Parts: sequence; structure tokens; C-alpha cells
Amino acid sequence: MPFRILKKKILAPNIKKIIVKAPLIARKAKAGQFVILRVDEHGERIPLTLVDWNEKEGTITLIFQEVGVSTLKLGLLEEGDEIHDILGPVGNPGEYVRDQTICVVAGGVGIGAAYPRTKQLKELGNYIVSIIGARSAELLILEEEMKKYSDEIYITTDDGSKGRKGFVTEVLKELLEKGRKFDQVLSIGPPIMMKVTCDVTKPFGVKTIVSLNSMMVCGMGMCGACRVTVGGETKFTCVHGPEFDGHLVDFNELMMRLRMYKEEEQIALEKFKKNILVKSHASG
Amino acid sequence: MPLDKERLKRVPMRELSVEERIKTFNEVPLGYTEEEAIKEASRCLQCVKPFCVGGCPVGINIPAFIKAISKGEFEEALKIIRKANIIPAITGRVCPQEDQCEGRCVMHKIGDPINIGALERFIGDWALKHKSELFKVPEIPKKNKQVAVIGSGPAGIAAAADLAKMGYDVTMFEALHEPGGVLMYGIPEFRLPKRIVRSELEYLRKLGVEIKTNVLIGRTITLDELLKEFDAIFIGTGAGLPRFLGVPGENLNGIYSANEFLIRINLMRAFEFPEKSDTPIKVFGTVAVIGGGNVAMDAARSALRMGAEEVKIIYRRTEKEMPARAEEIRRAKEEGIQFKLLTQPIEFIGENGYVKKIKCIKMKLGEPDESGRRRPIPIPGSEFEEKADIVVLAVGQRPNTTVTFGTNNLKLTKWGTIWVNPETLETSIKGVFAGGDIVTGAATVISAMGAGRKAAKSINAFLSKQ
Ligand SMILES: Cc1cc2nc3c(=O)[nH]c(=O)nc-3n(C[C@H](O)[C@H](O)[C@H](O)COP(=O)(O)OP(=O)(O)OC[C@H]3O[C@@H](n4cnc5c(N)ncnc54)[C@H](O)[C@@H]3O)c2cc1C
Ligand SMILES: Cc1cc2nc3c(=O)[nH]c(=O)nc-3n(C[C@H](O)[C@H](O)[C@H](O)COP(=O)(O)OP(=O)(O)OC[C@H]3O[C@@H](n4cnc5c(N)ncnc54)[C@H](O)[C@@H]3O)c2cc1C
Ligand code: SF4
Ligand code: SF4
Ligand code: FES
Repeated sequence: MPFRILKKKILAPNIKKIIVKAPLIARKAKAGQFVILRVDEHGERIPLTLVDWNEKEGTITLIFQEVGVSTLKLGLLEEGDEIHDILGPVGNPGEYVRDQTICVVAGGVGIGAAYPRTKQLKELGNYIVSIIGARSAELLILEEEMKKYSDEIYITTDDGSKGRKGFVTEVLKELLEKGRKFDQVLSIGPPIMMKVTCDVTKPFGVKTIVSLNSMMVCGMGMCGACRVTVGGETKFTCVHGPEFDGHLVDFNELMMRLRMYKEEEQIALEKFKKNILVKSHASG
Repeated sequence: MPLDKERLKRVPMRELSVEERIKTFNEVPLGYTEEEAIKEASRCLQCVKPFCVGGCPVGINIPAFIKAISKGEFEEALKIIRKANIIPAITGRVCPQEDQCEGRCVMHKIGDPINIGALERFIGDWALKHKSELFKVPEIPKKNKQVAVIGSGPAGIAAAADLAKMGYDVTMFEALHEPGGVLMYGIPEFRLPKRIVRSELEYLRKLGVEIKTNVLIGRTITLDELLKEFDAIFIGTGAGLPRFLGVPGENLNGIYSANEFLIRINLMRAFEFPEKSDTPIKVFGTVAVIGGGNVAMDAARSALRMGAEEVKIIYRRTEKEMPARAEEIRRAKEEGIQFKLLTQPIEFIGENGYVKKIKCIKMKLGEPDESGRRRPIPIPGSEFEEKADIVVLAVGQRPNTTVTFGTNNLKLTKWGTIWVNPETLETSIKGVFAGGDIVTGAATVISAMGAGRKAAKSINAFLSKQ
């Protein structure tokens, strides 16, 4: 069954949204789950969060940031093109809670992953306070969608080009210091942002859930590439996660493991860019 | 042929030289020529009571197929083998023959046992070469009943082939992007060329089996949902989950499970990075492989071919207790892999997040344990360090139970394997059967295949009653 791209939209520089035909996955998807995809026959298996899905149309929505060869290749595909393989949904759905006050802290492309959970938690009757942020205004995605499912929303940018200047975690800290009570905080974004979120909430004793983005190969518990230390135990992000109690996660280890292939990623990127240049010369 | 000296010795099989081997992933043993096969086959005593057959988990009529080879009747030999074993090109290569058929051959008493594996492989390869005529798919009357096969390893392949031949509509579900199970992602090219696995799968497709990849049963579709659409189900999901040691430093960069290491190489073709594969792997300097089974040998020999300067195997017992095949241990040694025996890692020590050294402790052997092998005991105060730039952990696998997600009625054993009725291989759910590593724990290709065939028979009996 071909995984055809039906729609493609550029949300921000290097951040793209695609709607892909994948009826089996659309049927089963739950907020918090993700897919493992391989762009072409030489492709790596990479995880991307299920941002949205439509069972009737048999489609799923993915949002990705172009950071290396796999995501750049994916970004080159156009409407009508096919993705070679998509496995999913994988990972555990996020925990259902009702009638709570929940603070969603999301940054960068992580807002894409936070959106389906926010929507679900709002629909379950929770009171949602969202704090979303990006490096600059043009990189801020899904603002309208997040507003729609939030009771309160705060926006930050690193450079101050939109909302408050600074980091999302600073807003969270202020709210907590002012005595705002949250039943839980859900934090999705770069590992350093999730780590800081946990550092902020810990003294206040607020339950904090994070969605980890370890490197993956299989996505089904067979390889251990995605292993993380949670509460002193080794867990596989793909089968035990991706959401964990953030106060138990060893973020330094996670960040160290994400750097494992730095050199190789650089080599692949340079080769890829050279090939693209050669191709565009040939066609132009 | 008289019982002369020549008859006591095996016809040797040509092998790639060590220098050639360690530079490529090409297959090491080169197989018999027709003359060599006939000569080796003629050594068989054609025992009236052939002990060899008792050693084969699927009971191939070994003397009969060997006799056919000795007469140059290769097609006849193929027919005899195929009655019990549909993948001779694979089993001939990977069966632990020394513990099975060859281990029981009477020739042991006076000389070399018959090289049954090599003869079986010869016929398997011969069949693949002549496949267009031999693999004509017979007209099969359709039974109009649907059977789902979960997992595409040897258990699933065997069950699917038999069920298709009986006239069932078979759909096979595989979670990975390429079918074949361990045959594809685990056992390296130099022991089992992937073209052979692909051609067996091609035959399966010709039989009408529909193979659906990228479907994880338990997540994409649950077992309960499958039960609504299929009349019977076979589960052959294997024992693909890696074990770890649980010692400090185990998550440092540069430490792989054997599964991840072999998946990156075999399935993701990391040896072609960055030209034709986007999946990287790190192999350099000193590679230490922890473990003593086939998986450890495969990882160590793969590491060598990926350009490691030095490869060592660290194992907590002695060579005698190693579960790996004798032949693989011999080849690993020939290729220069070092063996550090009676040694157990107790900590991994890193620098900037990457592993650099392994803290080990010396072991001695005590009383035999449940497995009958002597239990290794640490010697206090004997700690020392080994250099390691890359570590591969090959310390065992657990059953893969993703298939049980979203299903309540599937009974598991205390080992996490799926419980089955040993007679029929039926699970605790009516119409759902299981076999292979998911039932036995990590075992062998031929036993998984045998279980798949046995389950196919039971499924046929079950569906015929309906
Ligand atoms: C469960 C899960 C869900 C994810 N969902 C999304 C999503 O919805 N949208 C999205 O854009 N990304 C998501 N990611 C991250 C995404 O998988 C990686 O960005 C992608 O694999 C990078 O591949 P690449 O070949 O393009 O880049 P690479 O060349 O592999 O890496 C380029 C850069 O990205 C960093 N990187 C690599 N892997 C990851 C990772 N897993 N997380 C963060 N940084 C990484 C590297 O350190 C490097 O700096 C998710 C990850 C996980 C585990
Ligand atoms: C490196 C290595 C070397 C080996 N060497 C030898 C050897 O030399 N000789 C020998 O006899 N044996 C060897 N073995 C053991 C042998 O390969 C196994 O015993 C055999 O493959 C088991 O077959 P199986 O069909 O039960 O499972 P597997 O071959 O493990 O296949 C199971 C398949 O099911 C898929 N799957 C799992 N869960 C799901 C799900 N929920 N939905 C869909 N699909 C799923 C998996 O992806 C996999 O493809 C080796 C094993 C390894 C790992
Ligand atoms: S299937 Fe394996 S055990 Fe049986 S005869 Fe062939 S090589 Fe020997
Ligand atoms: S036991 Fe050995 S010699 Fe006897 S029939 Fe079997 S293979 Fe031939
Ligand atoms: S990605 Fe393979 S175990 Fe999680």
C-alpha cells in the first residue's frame, strides 16, 4: 500500500507539514503515539509524532523539522510522491486524565507533538494552560491550533520577535512562584527544554510528564537504540514511552546519546548537499 | 566404495581465504561442486537404522537423499528433502549439524561424519539455480478460508508455505520493512547470503501468500481484530528482544545490543553508509563482544569486516561451554578474533560519553547449573580493565510479546513465551496457533521451521472440522 503524500505545507523555514495516506495507522492512532518511517529504499528508520489523523479519509499528519539527511529528504518529497515505509502507530498513548488543570510546555517543532495531546486533554475536560515558544516569530508553529484548545496561552520567543522575550520555562517558573497550581505539567520539546522544565517543577512537587525523543531504529523493542535511564532503570522509549515521569529521567544521558553520530550525520549531510547541488546544476 | 582411508575423511569444502574474507561480507564456505557432492555422498554407509535421522528435528530421510545425490539424481534428492524441509539452502548452511544430524552419524566412530549439511546445501543451491522449472506452482484448489501468519521468520515462512499449498488464502504480517525475520536482519551475509532468503520469500509469493510489511500486530492491528477477519492465525514472532547486563555505564555511546548492531548492518546496510545507506554505525579500534553464542560470533566477525582493528570476545565460561557452533568458533579464530574467557564485565567506563574501557572480573567454574553447564563464579579481587572503543552485548534474547498488546486471553508462560498445547501448538485462544522462538525461547532455524509446519497441519485439522 503506497504511503502517498496528499498535501504538503511549509509552516516555517525548515518546518514542514505533510498529510499522508495511511489508513491502517489513521484507524488506530492515539494522541502521544508516533510512527517510524523510511523515506526511500536507502533511508534510515526515523520516528515522527502523529500530529493528527483522519480515520474517514485514511490520512495522518506529520510535522517535521529539517535537521539532517532523513528529514531533508522527506522535505524534498512533493504532493503525489510516496514515502517508502511507515510503521505505526507505535509507542504508548498518553495517559487519559480528566478535570485537572494541566500546563502544556512546548518548544520549537515539539509544539507539533504537543498539539494532539493538548487537543485530547482539552476534549477530556481539563483546563489547559499552554506555554509555547520558539527561537523567533517565524519559527512559531500551530499558534492558532494551540489557542483553540487552550484556556490560557503564553507565547515566548528567544529574540523577542513575538510574545515575551525569553524561554517557555521562565514563564512556567513565574506562574508557579505566583502560586498557580497545576495538577500536572506536560513538557514536549528539545531535551534541554524538558530538562529545565523538570528542574523548575521539582521544587514545587508538580508531576511532570515529558515525551522523549531518543534515537531509534526499530521502534518495537528489538534493538535498544532508544534506551534511556528512568528512575535508575533502563527503559526503551519506543515500547515503555515515549512519555515518562520527567523527574526520573536521566536527561544528561539522553542528550549524550543523541550526540552519538554527530560526525556521521555531518558526513552524510555534506554528501547530501553536494548531490543536491549537482542535481540542481544538471537540471538548471 | 570400500571402507578405505579415503572414505573415512570428509571431502573438504573450499572456503574463502582469511585475507579475502575479512575485507568483504562474501560467503565464507563456497559449497560443493557436483563431483565433490557425489563423492561425499558416496561415503554414506546407508545404514539400515540411520541414527542421523533421529538427530534432525524435522526427520529428513537423510540416507535416501544422500543416495540420490551419489547417483547424480539431484532432483530426486530435492524431492526427498522437500517432504520434510522446504528451505534446504538455508538449513544446510545454518543448522548446528554437529549437535543434530551429523552429531549422530555412525561414521563418527571410525572417522569423519558425513557432511550432511553441505550435501543439503548443495541440493538447496542446485534447486535455486534451476528454480524456474522446479518451482512451478501447482494448481491448488482454493478452500476459501483465510489464515493470518504473524511474523516472517522461518516459523512463519514454513507455516505460510504449507497452508498456501493446502489451498488456504494466507496473509503474512511483518512489522519490519523487509520480511525474513532473523534470516534477514540477524544472520550475516557471510553465513547466509540474503539473495537466498529473498528467493525463498519469492517462492512464497508465487504460492499466493500475500506479505504485508510495516504492520505491527498489537499496535497497527490487534490479534482480536484479526480474529474477526481470519479463520485461523499462526503466531511466529520470535525472540527478538535484547537482554542487557544491567551494570553501570551500559548506556554509554558506542555500546550496542547485538540486535541493534546486526540490524544496522544486515537490514539497514550500514556498510554502504553514506553512499547507499543513510544509517550509520560506529566500528573502529578495539571492538569487544560480550557473549559466547552464535550471535556473539556473528557480531564479532561482522565487526572485523566493518573495519575494526582488533576484535575480542569476552565470555564468562570456557570455550567448552560456548553455545556457538564449533565451526563458527573455528572461523572466528582463524580470522584473528581473540577470546578472553572466564571473564565478566562489571562496569563500562567512558570518556566524553563514549565507552573506552571495560572493568572485568575473572571467573572460575563451579557446579553445573540448570542448563547443565558449570556455573561461573567471580574470583574476588581479580578485577582488571580491558580496552574497548565499541562494545556489542550478545547476552541473550527474550520473546517478543508486542503481539499480545490489546488482547487479554493469550496465556503466557512464566518465561514470557506464549503457552501452547504441545500436541497441536494451539494457544489459549481457539483458532490461534503459535510456534518457533516465541514458544521455545531462542532456539534454531530448523526447529522454528518444524514448528511452523506442525502448526500448519493443526490449522488444517482445525479448519477441516469447521
Ligand atoms: C518519539 C519521537 C517522536 C519524534 N517526533 C518528531 C516530530 O514530530 N517532528 C520532528 O521534527 N522530529 C521528531 N522527532 C525527532 C526526529 O526523529 C529526528 O529529528 C530525526 O530522526 C532526525 O533525522 P535526520 O536524519 O534528519 O537528522 P540526523 O542527521 O540524524 O540528525 C541531525 C541533528 O538532529 C539531532 N537529532 C537526531 N535524532 C534526533 C532526535 N531523535 N531528536 C532530536 N534531535 C535529534 C542530531 O543530534 C543532529 O544534531 C521525534 C523523535 C522521537 C523519538
Ligand atoms: C544473530 C543470530 C544468529 C543465529 N544463528 C543461527 C544459526 O546459525 N543456526 C540456527 O539454527 N539458528 C540461529 N539463530 C536462531 C534462529 O535464527 C532463530 O531460532 C529463528 O530465526 C527463530 O525463528 P522464528 O520464525 O521463530 O522467529 P524470527 O526469525 O525471530 O522471526 C520473527 C519475525 O516476527 C516479526 N514480529 C515480531 N513481532 C511482531 C508483531 N507483533 N507483528 C508483526 N511481526 C512481528 C519480527 O520482526 C521477525 O521478523 C540465530 C539467531 C540470531 C539472532
Ligand atoms: S535440516 Fe538441519 S538437522 Fe536436519 S538434516 Fe538438514 S542440516 Fe541436518
Ligand atoms: S548415520 Fe551417517 S552413514 Fe549412516 S545413513 Fe546417516 S549419514 Fe549415512
Ligand atoms: S527503537 Fe529499537 S528498541 Fe526502541
